[in-house]
Amino acid sequence: MTAFLAVIGRDLRLATRVGGDVLTLVLFFIMIAVIVPFAIGPDSVLLARLAPGIVWIAAFLSMLLGLDRLFRADDEDGSLWLFRHAKIPLEAIVAAKVIAHWLLTALPLLIATPLLAVLLSMDVSTWMRTLLALLLGTPGLVALGTIGAAVTVSLRRGGLIAPVLILPLSIPILIFGVGAIGAEPGSSRAALLFLAAISLVAVVLAPFAAALALRLSED
Amino acid sequence: MSLDLAAKRPNWFARLANPGQFLAWSRPLVWPLAGLTTLLFVVGLYFALLDSPPDYQMGETVRIMYIHVPTAILAEGIYVVMALAALGTLVWRHPLADVANKAAAPLGALFTGLALISGSLWGRPTWGTFWEWDGRMTSFLILFLIYLGIVALWRAFDDPGRAGRVIAVFTLVGALDIPVVKFSVDWWNTLHQGASIDLMGDRHMADSMLLPLGLMTLAFGFLFLTLYLVRVRTEIFRRRAESLARQAAASAAP
Repeated sequence: MTAFLAVIGRDLRLATRVGGDVLTLVLFFIMIAVIVPFAIGPDSVLLARLAPGIVWIAAFLSMLLGLDRLFRADDEDGSLWLFRHAKIPLEAIVAAKVIAHWLLTALPLLIATPLLAVLLSMDVSTWMRTLLALLLGTPGLVALGTIGAAVTVSLRRGGLIAPVLILPLSIPILIFGVGAIGAEPGSSRAALLFLAAISLVAVVLAPFAAALALRLSED
Repeated sequence: MSLDLAAKRPNWFARLANPGQFLAWSRPLVWPLAGLTTLLFVVGLYFALLDSPPDYQMGETVRIMYIHVPTAILAEGIYVVMALAALGTLVWRHPLADVANKAAAPLGALFTGLALISGSLWGRPTWGTFWEWDGRMTSFLILFLIYLGIVALWRAFDDPGRAGRVIAVFTLVGALDIPVVKFSVDWWNTLHQGASIDLMGDRHMADSMLLPLGLMTLAFGFLFLTLYLVRVRTEIFRRRAESLARQAAASAAP
């Protein structure tokens, strides 16, 4: 257990020491919400209707673009090799990195949602449902993204391929995520449950697939 | 004790697994397969376009079904082939399994694209729209994107051995979409009609339409087989050429 927590702590410390990165992702998230009213017009009724979708698109893009930092730095400085031969299984290490990555990329987005709610004319109840949907859906997104990052870790120019790989697989999260913010309580509760189910399955199974891909990428 | 040193006929596994053996027995198959494919297309298209009845609701546009349904069946089937090849790479370490995966991916993308286009053209006169975000079309579009992602992955890797193993993992993860596509018409209230031929053999379609449908499915299936065989052979030749070039470069160095 201490090794598991140590990996999480290591990732968190590395990310906060280097700085910049976490803030950049949050800025990107906010920027998308800023750009959209310029693109579709400032009509607040329309914006309020589209707000759940816009928030999810912004969350998707921010998280997918942040995937590269999961394994690439470790691959370059040799830590990945150490992880492969560590005492705790590689799957556990990947699970720890998933948790750390969620804390670093999804949590700041959740904290930034009030700003988006104001920019996109969301009312409070919609915002709270958005928060809950993001809370339940982003772990699944991070888990699926980890698989994409693991598959592309050995590619030198693999920057944009991981998002392209993961996007088709994450569409169910998007579908249920937006449905969970919808106004009717019955269908939004069902969508919320589906979202939670997908996230649970993804978080549990993704470390195995990702660890397998990491092992197979070894020279 | 005597040793039987006479050359033995290779067993069935070696004939499949050994690239040289594979090239040897696949070579005489290519032209007959191509001929059979052409024949099936000619006969199938004759029945599909000329000798089958128009639908009582849709009229002549039902003939697009004879292209749409076979390509859709193949689009899913090719992914099953790729998933089996992925298992072959990871579980059985079959030497040609990653070649099988690489050769099938663009063909899968092609047939999925054909199914999407033919379906879109069929949807316009029938439902009034080129596209609708219903369960089956969406999951089929996702399948198309997964195929293209795998094609992009193959092009991005330098080392084919490592590429084969890693892409096999991703192929198996993407295989989760196949049951979604298959059952999407049952799970969601959708524009698409339900299955017309279910596994029990009950038929909801006239025999005069089943015949051209079956022929066209066979025709497209053999088209895939022919193209696939040629692609696998080409890939084996390409890898041989690369390793020869590498050897030549290595021996030329002082």
